[in-house]
Amino acid sequence: MPAALLLVFGFAAVFVARGDLVGGLSGTNTVSTASLTLGAAFLGLCIGAHLVLRVTLKDADPYLFPLVAVLACFGLVELYRIDAALARQQAEWFVIGLALFALTIIVVRDIRRLEQYRYLIVSAGLIALLLPRVPGIGAQTNGAYLAIQVGSVRMQPAEFAKIAMVIFLASYLRDTRQLLVTAGRRIAGVTIPPLKHFGPMLVIWGASMVLLFFIRDIGSSLMFFGAFLAMLYVATSRFSFVVVGSSLFAFGAWVVGTQVGHIQDRVAAWRDPFDPALYDAVGGSQQLAQGLFAQADGGFFGRGFGQAVLDISALVEKNCASTIECSMLPAPHTDMIYAVIVNETGLLGAAGLLCIYLLIVQRGFKIAMLARDSFSKLLAAGLTSVFALQVFVIVGGVSKAIPLTGVTLPFVSYGGSSVLANFVLVALLLLVSDRARRLAV
Amino acid sequence: MNKPIGHLFLVSMLMFGVLLGATSYWTVVKADELNNDKPSLNRRALVRSLKIRRGTIRAANGTVIARSVKGRGDLYRRTYPLGSLFGHPIGYSFAGVDQSGFEASQNAALMGDRNALETTFDQLLGRDPDGDDIVTTLDPAAQRLALEGLARAGGQGGAAVALDPRTGAVKVMASYPSFDPNSVRDAGTYARLSTDEQRRPLVNRAVQFGYAPGSTFKVVTGSAGIDSGTIEPTDTLNGDSGQVFSGPPLANDFGEDFGQIDLQTAMAKSVNTAFAGLGVKIGKPTMQKYMTRFGFGKKPELDYPRDAMSASVIRPSPPGVPVPATSRFVDLGRVSIGQGGLEATPLQMALVAAAVGNGGELMRPHLTDRVVDRDGRTVDRVKAKRQETVMSSSSAAIVRDLMVAVVERGTGTKAQIPGVSVAGKTGTAETEQSDTINNVWFIGFAPADNPRVAVAVTVQGVVGFGGDFAAPIAQTLMQELLKTS
Repeated sequence: MPAALLLVFGFAAVFVARGDLVGGLSGTNTVSTASLTLGAAFLGLCIGAHLVLRVTLKDADPYLFPLVAVLACFGLVELYRIDAALARQQAEWFVIGLALFALTIIVVRDIRRLEQYRYLIVSAGLIALLLPRVPGIGAQTNGAYLAIQVGSVRMQPAEFAKIAMVIFLASYLRDTRQLLVTAGRRIAGVTIPPLKHFGPMLVIWGASMVLLFFIRDIGSSLMFFGAFLAMLYVATSRFSFVVVGSSLFAFGAWVVGTQVGHIQDRVAAWRDPFDPALYDAVGGSQQLAQGLFAQADGGFFGRGFGQAVLDISALVEKNCASTIECSMLPAPHTDMIYAVIVNETGLLGAAGLLCIYLLIVQRGFKIAMLARDSFSKLLAAGLTSVFALQVFVIVGGVSKAIPLTGVTLPFVSYGGSSVLANFVLVALLLLVSDRARRLAV
Repeated sequence: MNKPIGHLFLVSMLMFGVLLGATSYWTVVKADELNNDKPSLNRRALVRSLKIRRGTIRAANGTVIARSVKGRGDLYRRTYPLGSLFGHPIGYSFAGVDQSGFEASQNAALMGDRNALETTFDQLLGRDPDGDDIVTTLDPAAQRLALEGLARAGGQGGAAVALDPRTGAVKVMASYPSFDPNSVRDAGTYARLSTDEQRRPLVNRAVQFGYAPGSTFKVVTGSAGIDSGTIEPTDTLNGDSGQVFSGPPLANDFGEDFGQIDLQTAMAKSVNTAFAGLGVKIGKPTMQKYMTRFGFGKKPELDYPRDAMSASVIRPSPPGVPVPATSRFVDLGRVSIGQGGLEATPLQMALVAAAVGNGGELMRPHLTDRVVDRDGRTVDRVKAKRQETVMSSSSAAIVRDLMVAVVERGTGTKAQIPGVSVAGKTGTAETEQSDTINNVWFIGFAPADNPRVAVAVTVQGVVGFGGDFAAPIAQTLMQELLKTS
């Protein structure tokens, strides 16, 4: 196992070292000391955090954090390549994220304590979700209400709300799972749970529809509702619930989708991103089309780090403060970072990245399986599901498997909220893991 | 509860499989289509090409005609220090606009397109990809004289081509009105120039438009007559006006009757009926044979974009499309004097003069002299290559003497150069606009016995004769080029 760990850290180190190469390619052919220092500091931080973790939560899953570190390094290198200043800010967010990670572990300590605060947590989560619609602090991006802006700090509350939601559902389903299965009547082979217990689920469904309507973000609501269905399935082992739930969601999405113009536009752009009219439309398919072009440009092996065509200031003949302002690919550092990665590392790099995510998901479900109590199982399964869904929503959007919506690629995209929230998520998984394995020993 | 968790993992794997599948679809299956078929939306190849230093294009004397300079965002862009001087032969190459002319036909060399091994080698050595320089055969001083002369002639347009008959090296390729390739960078200017139907400044009249060559074509008819043995140099021809060959009766200039005249007088005085009669005597199949040898009926073998060059053809009306000389639509008498739907480009007529001057050997025309790589090594040198043997050298010598007579005592006296024997032929073709507005021509070479330069000059839409408008331009061109070559 330590050998495996070394391997993983080796990867991380390679990617950090690659940062120099990027620095070299983007400017002169000399190794920039700034990127070396940045890389060394980050590597030190990761190793330090891992060692602390091995001491404080010595029974926790040993793979999870190194995998996260690899993702973070990969993300930093790509961000550095897009804009060095962004990478520096992101590194700062990682430091803050690590602090929050440690704080979560210290404060929560025993994962079961979260159950006591479940209503507080879910209320906070729901309020956070609706904040972007509050005038004054809400901010709209491409028609979706996803962020709040306070001063210069921009936050995406949905990132935190997803954790709050999972904690609440884990706790709630722990209480009601037996009733949902046993107290129901079977009609035509399908178990219909009593309304008393099913009601809250309808509330969740309603909430995600409201979310869809107010935030106008089909990706986030898919993420929320998908995680809910996954947890419901784990709690009841009834596939029929998933079928009913999916149908309800599909119906709701269809109704809302036909009402909200912004979502209609997204679907139209998804269907035919190369249509010139849709391409040129405001909020049209330009981003998706350019993302697909970038991926095609990468091909099987990729163009190599620093070789994606992003800066087009010479073509548009204007002065740009940063690459992002004059990027061929809109939002290369957030929504479209997967396209940049595919452009530079090719299908091979993409497969590697997806493998790392799948390994994290595998560890997450493994933790859920090893967990002793229902709450821990549901919590771990829920957190893992929401993580996997988030990857699916953004990567699927960028690769045109589903309509594109702007959620972050965990630990890789630029964004403070995402980094912080996902570190909390990992901390909770590790707490579950530590407890489960400690009891098992 | 572990079973559903296991199922969830299976679902996750499935979902990630979908992601990998979708990514594979775009990176592998659809990659070629997205990379190549949508240049208006996907400008990556364009930007990437701008990171390569495109090779410099130079004149024969080393003067820079086109060079790339590094600009914003480390991308190169093209400038043309000589402005409109070589706008037509060299053309332009701008991102987002287009490429034309020599820039387009030599794109691969200028971009340094090499094989995969060399590319990999360059990458390993960390060398920037770099284009090769091209030294052309063009002569800036003569080119300037040509453009000035054409502008001064005051026609609706004009063109001049000068080349070395011994090698086919093109020294001058001028088209009037000219344009400044630097101005084409601006999309608005480009749109304005390309839609100017009145002046058509972007059209290279030297190779793109064919005009009735008029009496200059008598050089072709004379060559065919002598080399095929249809006529002996001592034979006489009927030079009376108003003879009927096919179609309406053919008149000489001012309706002049010359009676029985020798071939030299017929050429020197440009007697239409004499040459029409000769053409009819030669017959359609033999005329076709000699026209083909001179290069008529197919596009020139010049290192210039094929779609920007026209073949010189007979296009009688009816049928309004190019037909061979053997076609029943062809009025051979009129074709023999450069009318009857005959269209020839100035380059083609320059090649006619060059072939005669070079003892009947037509050399393949070329603009490239040599390709030089970034280390100054000559990668490729264009050698003189024979395109066709048009006629025997003895036939060529006879035709040359006819042409010398034109300049010494005939219609082309304004092409005389003191101390140098010049051979030439004038041409005046009436336009459809009016009887008095003509397209005028002069073709020739010098020194007559061992020519180093052959020219063709045409001016469209002037009131007058080729000997008055085109011959003086040809004279200055030849004089200038004889100084340097």
